[in-house]
Amino acid sequence: MIEQTLNGVQLGVMLFLMASGLTLVFGIMNFINLAHGSLYMAGAFTAAWIQNISGSFLLAIPAAILLTAALGVVFEVGLFRRFYARNHLDQVLVTFGIVLVANEATRMIFGPVPLRMPLPPLLAGSVEILPGLPYPTFRLVVLGVGLAVAGLLWVIVMRTRIGMWVRAGSSNRPIAAAMGVDVDRVFAALFAVGAALAGLAGLMAGPILAVQVGMGEPILILALVVTVIGGIGSIKGAFVAALMVGLVDTFGRVLLPPALGSMVIFLLMALILAFRPKGLFPVHG
Amino acid sequence: MTHMFRALSFAACFAALATAVSAQDAPIRIGFITTLSGPAGSIGQELADGFKLGLAKTGDTLGGRKVVVHYADDQAKPDIGRQHADKMVESDKVDILTGVNFSNVLLAIAKPVLDAGVLYVSTNAGPSQLAGKQCHPNFFAASFQNDTTSEAIGIHMQEKGIKDVYILAPNYPAGKDMVAGFKRYYKGAVVGEVYTAFNQLDYSAEIAQIRAAKPSAVFFFYPGGMGINFVKQYDQAGLKQQIPLYTGAFVVDQSVLPAMGDAAIGVNTATLWSEEFPNAASREFAAAFEKTYGRIPSPYAADSYDTVLMLDAAIRASAGRVDDKAALRRALEKADFASIRGHFRFNSNHFPIQDYYLTTVEKDGKGRLYNKLGERIVEGLKDSYATTCTMAP
Repeated sequence: MIEQTLNGVQLGVMLFLMASGLTLVFGIMNFINLAHGSLYMAGAFTAAWIQNISGSFLLAIPAAILLTAALGVVFEVGLFRRFYARNHLDQVLVTFGIVLVANEATRMIFGPVPLRMPLPPLLAGSVEILPGLPYPTFRLVVLGVGLAVAGLLWVIVMRTRIGMWVRAGSSNRPIAAAMGVDVDRVFAALFAVGAALAGLAGLMAGPILAVQVGMGEPILILALVVTVIGGIGSIKGAFVAALMVGLVDTFGRVLLPPALGSMVIFLLMALILAFRPKGLFPVHG
Repeated sequence: MTHMFRALSFAACFAALATAVSAQDAPIRIGFITTLSGPAGSIGQELADGFKLGLAKTGDTLGGRKVVVHYADDQAKPDIGRQHADKMVESDKVDILTGVNFSNVLLAIAKPVLDAGVLYVSTNAGPSQLAGKQCHPNFFAASFQNDTTSEAIGIHMQEKGIKDVYILAPNYPAGKDMVAGFKRYYKGAVVGEVYTAFNQLDYSAEIAQIRAAKPSAVFFFYPGGMGINFVKQYDQAGLKQQIPLYTGAFVVDQSVLPAMGDAAIGVNTATLWSEEFPNAASREFAAAFEKTYGRIPSPYAADSYDTVLMLDAAIRASAGRVDDKAALRRALEKADFASIRGHFRFNSNHFPIQDYYLTTVEKDGKGRLYNKLGERIVEGLKDSYATTCTMAP
């Protein structure tokens, strides 16, 4: 039971890393970015690639985060910026196009065979969290990193000047610009942070999951569910919803028959939206 | 006048000769439909690479006649596969179709192709329907019948006297078929039987349940990326040393081993071909594949290469006449070729009767992972659907 709870929380934390970037961009810039999963894939592939050529997991961490952040900025400045004022269907189409291009480009660069990404020996084993209950070390690390990032994000958005600009830019862009906030630059930076979070999630998923073409899409769907349940644009909502989805999914798979088990998070979403149509913690009234 | 007559008759003879030569020279047309994009793209790539290597060996000929191959990507979708198949049969006029890796794609294209009189020789997918009630004279599986891959590991675990197992498979038709095949021969206790969502990412909940159930062994069927996820997570949970993993062919092979890494060491597989097969044809194939593509071949590529050898021998035996389908079918049924699998013959339903071997993942001298060849599990395994097949003449 303790083990399954840890599994659920760990899955939830992973989803939070994905969903926080998605919800920030969606809620604050009003932009639906389906290519978020491709950034996650980019993080995993960069990390695996750097690790395979350098032999160092430590070197792979900053490489993956910086590269996905840079990719995020390139996309934001080069393409997505032109789509903020367009309707959601246009945004979905352009970002879905990016997903297809990213998948085939990744196959052309890295080949069709999934990449290998072993853990350093220090993290590869398991530790005994309670007598007779071993738990994989790396999953505990994922848990810790995810919680730390969640805390950090909350402090930045709610307690710093930068966070204030972000919130100002989202609630009324013209006024914020008139007050001297460089909204374009803030949004580019925000997009970079969102991308870096996806890259971090991809990098941490690499040793647990298969580093392969198309790995971003299944996790993107779950992240969208989390975003919608939590309330679009709310970091707090994303955190609560991610943990909820992680736990419900884990226990659903253990306690319910298989067909129902894989459906249960979508039932949860339907139920919550029936009573709270804007999600648990709506940002915009 | 006589001059004129002589010249004319000479020209006529020459023309007749020329047409005869061109009929013999027209290339044999082959359609190769497989999955080349998306997550399963690596499977299609292995199949296509094996096929191309086979044709490189025969000098792009089959039975002495030139060959043209049309490759197409079915994107793992039955409707796309069907479109390619229709085009290849109707406008490309292919003589033989092959390559499909997903059973659902194959089932969507089989009937129209076979009814149009085109031969289908499978390099991979071997669905039970085509082995049983829907068997067809124009259909040959040069590969295997799907169930036999997991039947063989069931036979092995039964013989080894493993008293209880835990079973995991994805919740889709092939997953259930594999478990059914396994249980057809394994008669020990099943302490858990779990069907997970197709393409599930995280298996920590299931692994925790395995830890609690304490079975003697685990039988799992997770092809492709699901297998990578499961094996890595099982190893990280520290269970691999306590409870050994068993699986059927095509789950832990060279298409995924590099990605699984050391986590895969010790996984047991029942397979119809391994990179270590000692016969001369297999050694030649494995060496040529590594030289050409820079990686160790998987059984996917092996079956595909073997299909070329089989077609080459059969077309040679019927004197290059691919239009005489009855003669070609008789030649194929004999399966008189040096298979890289050692023993190979066809059952009455045009599915193979072949041997299965145990392999275990280890590291080779160069630090690469490979499937070390162990004992022969079963000699001449027949699928269980042949008895329900009544082949229309």
